[in-house]
Amino acid sequence: MSGEPTRRDRALLLATPALATIVVLMLLPMAIALAASFLTSTPYGGVTRPFTGASYVRFLYDRDLDDVLVFDTTYLRIFARSFIQAVLATACCLVIGLPLAWYMATRPPRLRQGLVLLVTIPFWTNLLIRTYCWVLLLRDQGLVNQVLQGSGLTQAPITFLYSDGAVLLGLVYASLPFMVLPIYAALEKLDPRLIEAAYDLYAGRWAILKTIVWPLAKPGAAAGTLMVFVPALGAFLAPDILGGGKTLMIGSLIQQQFSTARDWSFGAALSMILMTFVLGALMWHARQRSGRVLP
Amino acid sequence: MSANPFDWRRMPFLRLASIAALLFLYAPLVVLMVYAFNSNKVALIWDGFSTQWFVKALGNTDLQRAAINSLIVAAVATPISTLLALPAALAFERGRSLPGRAFGEALVAMPLIAPEIVTAIATLVFFEAIGLHGGIGNVILAHVVFCIPFALLPIRARLREMPRDIEDAAHDLYAGRWQVFRLITLPLLVPAIVAGATLAFVVSLDDFLITLMVAPAGATTLPVYLYSMLRLGVTPEANAAATMLLLVSIAAVVMAYAVSPRGTAKR
Amino acid sequence: MISRILTVTAATAFMLAMTGASVKAGGNLFVYNWTDYTSPDLIAKFEKETGIKVTVDTYDSNETLLAKLKSDSAGYDIVVVTSDFVPIFIDQRLIQKVDAATMPGFGNIETRWQNPAWDKGNAYTVPYHWGITAYAVNTKYIKEPADSLALLFDPPPQAKGKIGMLAAASEVMSLAELYLGLSPCQTDPAAMKAVYTLLEKQAPSVKVYSSDGIIDREASGETWIHQIWNGDSARARANNPDIKFVFPKEGAVGWMDNIAIPAGAKDVENAKLFMQFMLRPENSGLSANFTHYASAITGSTAFFDADMKAAPELQVPPDLKIAFTPTCPEAAIKLMDRVWTRLRR
Repeated sequence: MSGEPTRRDRALLLATPALATIVVLMLLPMAIALAASFLTSTPYGGVTRPFTGASYVRFLYDRDLDDVLVFDTTYLRIFARSFIQAVLATACCLVIGLPLAWYMATRPPRLRQGLVLLVTIPFWTNLLIRTYCWVLLLRDQGLVNQVLQGSGLTQAPITFLYSDGAVLLGLVYASLPFMVLPIYAALEKLDPRLIEAAYDLYAGRWAILKTIVWPLAKPGAAAGTLMVFVPALGAFLAPDILGGGKTLMIGSLIQQQFSTARDWSFGAALSMILMTFVLGALMWHARQRSGRVLP
Repeated sequence: MSANPFDWRRMPFLRLASIAALLFLYAPLVVLMVYAFNSNKVALIWDGFSTQWFVKALGNTDLQRAAINSLIVAAVATPISTLLALPAALAFERGRSLPGRAFGEALVAMPLIAPEIVTAIATLVFFEAIGLHGGIGNVILAHVVFCIPFALLPIRARLREMPRDIEDAAHDLYAGRWQVFRLITLPLLVPAIVAGATLAFVVSLDDFLITLMVAPAGATTLPVYLYSMLRLGVTPEANAAATMLLLVSIAAVVMAYAVSPRGTAKR
Repeated sequence: MISRILTVTAATAFMLAMTGASVKAGGNLFVYNWTDYTSPDLIAKFEKETGIKVTVDTYDSNETLLAKLKSDSAGYDIVVVTSDFVPIFIDQRLIQKVDAATMPGFGNIETRWQNPAWDKGNAYTVPYHWGITAYAVNTKYIKEPADSLALLFDPPPQAKGKIGMLAAASEVMSLAELYLGLSPCQTDPAAMKAVYTLLEKQAPSVKVYSSDGIIDREASGETWIHQIWNGDSARARANNPDIKFVFPKEGAVGWMDNIAIPAGAKDVENAKLFMQFMLRPENSGLSANFTHYASAITGSTAFFDADMKAAPELQVPPDLKIAFTPTCPEAAIKLMDRVWTRLRR
């Protein structure tokens, strides 16, 4: 044992390439962003000295239209809206994704491969185009309304588009495979004998889901939650195209700071607040279930 | 097994729910294909059947260049990020007691957590600062980074519930570490590696903001091209191009599926 | 299997890339422009004339262009900058001096567009196309006489939920300021409060704030009244004759897109050739036929095709007040952003 590297050292080595890549290409740029959040924005995009915490103060205390510094809930409201949308999107993905992943995992091996591809193929087409196709489907004279009216279910067209509901649909659509595939990967090894044994013991479907499938699916669902919730929190495509730009989400707010508002410092500060919030939640979650750091 | 009256493979609810979910995923694609044949340039007005947009898309060199760039970037970034993610996943799951592991995991999750626009601008500034002028290589590097967590998470999820007794048993039988990995761990991980690589491929193929900022002249990708095209709405030409790409990818999938020997279909 | 697919696609992609990479004799020209704003015929003509191989990349906003040009690695030789951004690009030394006034063909620029406010003496830029921002109505649904911005900002009840506005704060605000009789780039909080009140009152009638797919929405009747650029309105009319561009009695917002050469351009001589090429009436006219926007080059209308010659959107009434948006000071941008964020919180 003494001559060769310990198990611990070896494990560390295995993570080195990925960690090094991320430290150099992610952590260093983020350090630039962190610095930018404490600097002052120049009017034409970019940042300069002096160092200041003004961008963070602005999150809670902003100047109103009379230029008086007041407590302002604008940004908190935008964060809250994004948070609720991201939670709902994650929940919807879980509800839709779990049965699909379960179904996929219980097919014969060859069919399973086909199903994985079937779930993925739509995502080889550009997301932007697919999101715009939802506009074609949901608009006032769109297919959905035509079917509804044609079947006599509704008289006048229903306005689906440019609402928070449409944004939610876009978020769920964009992230469904990120929930399905990890759950599938976790369930794929599911031993059919377990379920058959459970049936033999007269367990109901609900009991099987709860006691056999869910515990196996859980790590996959945790990974999926991370891959659905976090990107949904910062999404800008769905709010832009399906939300019609009528209500801001964090993603579009940050985007706006880097574009039309040309306030890089505030944009960077908003991002740091968002990242701290998400990382904090992950750490807290990890501490709750010690030994299982991060989903 | 099938004699079992409670056959777990035949739960009707599962099949229905799965078909509904797949319909949801494919609904926009049907619209996409239908409107690719719309003779009116305005997508919202149906004006009769036409194949002119396919001809136009085939003649649009900018669109083709963008599509090719997208494929190159995704095809290079996916294997690299998966190769980086696999050992990292092993390290995090098999080296539970590792000091600083939580920090390492937070690091790996970072590309997922950072808002895209910030990553985009910060990466642009960073590449500029270190004087990196690698053409399309710059884009690939940026893509590798944000693909890592997508490739890593499914592998970790599978490793977590994978019983270690098989590996331990092999160790007991004096199998070398590499042998254990190659003969036991890796085959068991294949579905998760495929899932991870697939997700990485998809996020790379769809990335817009980071590519928009990082791409130097001539390295525009398809999402960047299409996003700016949106100023005019998605034209039937874009739909036609997307339809062709879709058909090509389906053909590739079907071919790969057909040539993969039945016995090893699971790989 | 996945790896097999990847290998096949990668190999195909590389092969395709190789075939497209053959370089022509006259060198390269990398153009960065808004999408669907570069005529393929124009580029083909330029390539044929000069032997220079042109590559066109596209962007979605002046801000993107600004961020990208700040890094030298962008590698573009020609960019197209909107008038209110030109002073910023000059100030930040992102575009280089070309002394356009000494170029052959400079005299072709209509006198009113020579020596513009945003580039005194045309030291840096030459015109690409210009246009105005106001709104379009669908006359099938809107029977009221359309001659005032009031129809857009204070719409009749039956048009509720049928109004479309552009997505950029500056576009919406500058038209609102015009309607309220304010000068552009307001730094007076009281004035911006009035703008906010106006927009907040309009908001329930607005279906969408989006600069994308306006032509689709207008032509299909999804929206009846939409803030729009005149060239896009002409394109919408081509698909639906009921679309009418309105020249409001309060005036309209004007802008010009300008051709410039980035400071870090690799091939300045080729870029200058392109500028001179665009100063010739036949080429500017050819470009206009594609973009549907007006040209600033004398005699280019002779090269317009029939429907461009007749386009009512381009027949700007001589007495129309056109308010060219200047480069707003920081204080004005901050105020605009506050109004814009509050409106959509």
